Amino acid sequence: MPEPAIQLHDLCKTYLVPEREPGISAALRSLFKRRMKAVNAVDGLTFDLAPGEIVGFLGPNGAGKTTTLKMLSGLLHPTGGECRVLGHNPWKRERDFLRRITLVMGQRNQLVWDIPAADSFDLNRAIYRLPAADYRRTLDELTALLELGPLLKVPVRNLSLGERMKCEIAAALLHRPQVVFLDEPTIGLDVTMQRRIRAFLQEYNRRSGATVLLTSHYMADVEALCKRVIVIHHGRLLFDGDLSGLVQQFSTHKTIVVQLEDCAADLHAYGELIDCEDGRFTLRVPKAETARVTERLLADLPVIDLLVEDPPIEEVIDRVFTQEAEKS
Amino acid sequence: MGKYFRHLLDLYVQQFKTTFASMVQYRASLIIWTVSAVLEPLVYIIVWSTVSNGSGGSVGGYTARGFAAYYIALMIVNQATYTWIMYEYEYRVRQGYLSFALLRPVHPIHSDIADNLSSKLITLPLVLGVAAVLALFFHPAAGLQFWAALAFIPALVLAFFVRFLIEWTLALAAFWTTRVGAINQVYFVLMLFLSGQIAPLTLFPSWLQAAAFVLPFRWMLGFPVELLLGRLSPRQALEGLGMQAVWLGLSLLLIRFVWRRGVRVYAAVGA
Repeated sequence: MPEPAIQLHDLCKTYLVPEREPGISAALRSLFKRRMKAVNAVDGLTFDLAPGEIVGFLGPNGAGKTTTLKMLSGLLHPTGGECRVLGHNPWKRERDFLRRITLVMGQRNQLVWDIPAADSFDLNRAIYRLPAADYRRTLDELTALLELGPLLKVPVRNLSLGERMKCEIAAALLHRPQVVFLDEPTIGLDVTMQRRIRAFLQEYNRRSGATVLLTSHYMADVEALCKRVIVIHHGRLLFDGDLSGLVQQFSTHKTIVVQLEDCAADLHAYGELIDCEDGRFTLRVPKAETARVTERLLADLPVIDLLVEDPPIEEVIDRVFTQEAEKS
Repeated sequence: MGKYFRHLLDLYVQQFKTTFASMVQYRASLIIWTVSAVLEPLVYIIVWSTVSNGSGGSVGGYTARGFAAYYIALMIVNQATYTWIMYEYEYRVRQGYLSFALLRPVHPIHSDIADNLSSKLITLPLVLGVAAVLALFFHPAAGLQFWAALAFIPALVLAFFVRFLIEWTLALAAFWTTRVGAINQVYFVLMLFLSGQIAPLTLFPSWLQAAAFVLPFRWMLGFPVELLLGRLSPRQALEGLGMQAVWLGLSLLLIRFVWRRGVRVYAAVGA
């Protein structure tokens, strides 16, 4: 068992935020005495990532994903627990550590706005002290994989959002980091561009063996890239395991699709009827009853075709979050 | 060690290229900047020439042509030493750009120094042009001396670093407060009176001159000007260089202390 690339043990981050009532008198009072409220953004996270793994890091807005990524990349100081990345304590921000990691934030840009990306890349070469030959090779490789050729000479401000994101990702990978933190790398991009970036990340991981921790709101990203997912909510771990295991654990129902002649039949007795189109009924049934209902359907009706499916991953995730919200 | 400096030089060269490429995209703003660079010394020269002509041709040892020389030299030294970092830091902290700087394996001050020096190099010809035009109109007179001109070079370099480090430290106030503007205002007022910007320091009462000797402001701006114009004795020049060295040391200590604290605060509250 190789040493984990990323280790978290009971990691916590508590923010102190000023809190006051609305209104003038409260504003005046707060001039003299500020009341602070503790917010537990990350509340005792424990997990490991093996070298070379790609893991999806999921949770609703405000779950603590970005805070965790910032702690792992050394931008935030944990208020409790421990984390180690490539054997380093990220918070110390040692140069050897910073040279081996990267953080891509889909909503922020590091490229200089007014000049072509190629110039920003050159600046990164100097910052990371990359030998010219290595830099050239990596840049050529990234240019080919991301199809950057025509984009490199255009001022960044003239690029489309997707083109800019491709350049941002390239800039973040020029120093061949062994650990890659990606915070919503495909946010706001169209489906084609999302797919392209996804394919790139997969290929990059395969070639470089880098460890990747990825947050995304697009389940397609997660499904395509991550075998393993970690789900957090309110800063706490909800699930850590295979994507299929998540579906197993959290989906209480299955979907049965039955093809009949037309939509005339009444299938309410068999389960919750979602819809019917051209005789294609979609039923939602509790997981435990799937076999029995299927059997009855086949026995009772002139079934042309029948299909049992897990619900879409979005639906499962959505259910996980709403269940948790109701609990708390 | 040699390797370290080679890498640093490489970084400075790349930053120069980046800054240069960015700046030439904004020709209009360069022109506006040049106009404002003319206006400030122009106003001071006209005001002080009028005052000195009105009081028998000289005020505090400065004739109208003496004032012209003073303000033209001040403009050049100011151009060489000023920074805009205090305006920029608040923006960086608020917009989260500082995070990118913190993720890089090099102290962010290097990029700022390099960026600053680069833009100075680019605007230098403009300022020298402006100085030539002003000289044509106002006939500056100064007692140039060879030794003083030589001493001017280290004085200018020290002035640049002291001013840069102090203003960079002040800019770090953005870690603690979102009202950096108020701090800047206080600083600018002190700078205006104690650096020799509003008037040569010899025109002020002696207690204020004593204060200016101890405080850093004169060493960031007025001192190299006085030196260049031949208004200081060799002894005064040495004292000045000594004070600059003291402030360089102090500001280096200060910046280390404040930077570490500031990053800790940034890391505590997030961006």
